[in-house]
Amino acid sequence: MTDLLSLIIGGAFLLAGSFFLLVGALGLLRMPDLFTRMQAASVGETLGGSLLLIGMMIHGGFSLVTFKLVVLFAVIVFFGPVATHALARAARYAGIEPQLSTPPAGRPVGAPSAETAAKATKATKATKASKKARLTPAKARRKPAKKKARK
Amino acid sequence: MFTVAACTVVVALTLAVARALKGPTVFDRILAGNAIGTGAILLLAVFGFLTGRPEFLDIGITYGLLNPIGTLAALKWFKYGDIARGFDEDTGEG
Repeated sequence: MTDLLSLIIGGAFLLAGSFFLLVGALGLLRMPDLFTRMQAASVGETLGGSLLLIGMMIHGGFSLVTFKLVVLFAVIVFFGPVATHALARAARYAGIEPQLSTPPAGRPVGAPSAETAAKATKATKATKASKKARLTPAKARRKPAKKKARK
Repeated sequence: MFTVAACTVVVALTLAVARALKGPTVFDRILAGNAIGTGAILLLAVFGFLTGRPEFLDIGITYGLLNPIGTLAALKWFKYGDIARGFDEDTGEG
């Protein structure tokens, strides 16, 4: 009885995991830009992978196999999001902009519209001025010390 | 049930390989590589259950530990052009 029950529940988990894995892979192939692809892929990896592993744990019962599956589960759940986060950060650092919406004709993808661009330049000017006031003295103090240390 | 899961994982791996070949930027390729690594781990685990040989799980754990390290090293290389350099103290970027 319990055997049959574990078979059914484990099978359901396996099927659900397969579904999410497939959806994540489809999103990885079909999504329009890097960040949406990243989101789809991380869902497929984390949710699909962990559901598959939980299904296998239920099949495995209380044994060494289940312990190994728990280790694998922890590795996937901890390292998957870390790698995705590092990837998003590196992509932003490299200058890849997320595509926020479908732009009207005549404007290149990723370029801001006229009013948001005006707002953005105003805001950056203001923050740049205040940042300069804050940052320059500290930098001036720090730089000579650094040169000494490097020599 | 395990057969269905194994087939799905193989299909997901194929789609990830297609993205890795297609990817317009290098980050798409790294993302696809990470997905391929995770798919390989899951395929190893499912295959171990399918053939009744749980030794495959050990290989899966090894892959799982190596996969993020490879991803992070590749990211660092494409971000800085150098694996040994840390984040910049002047700008705070890292």
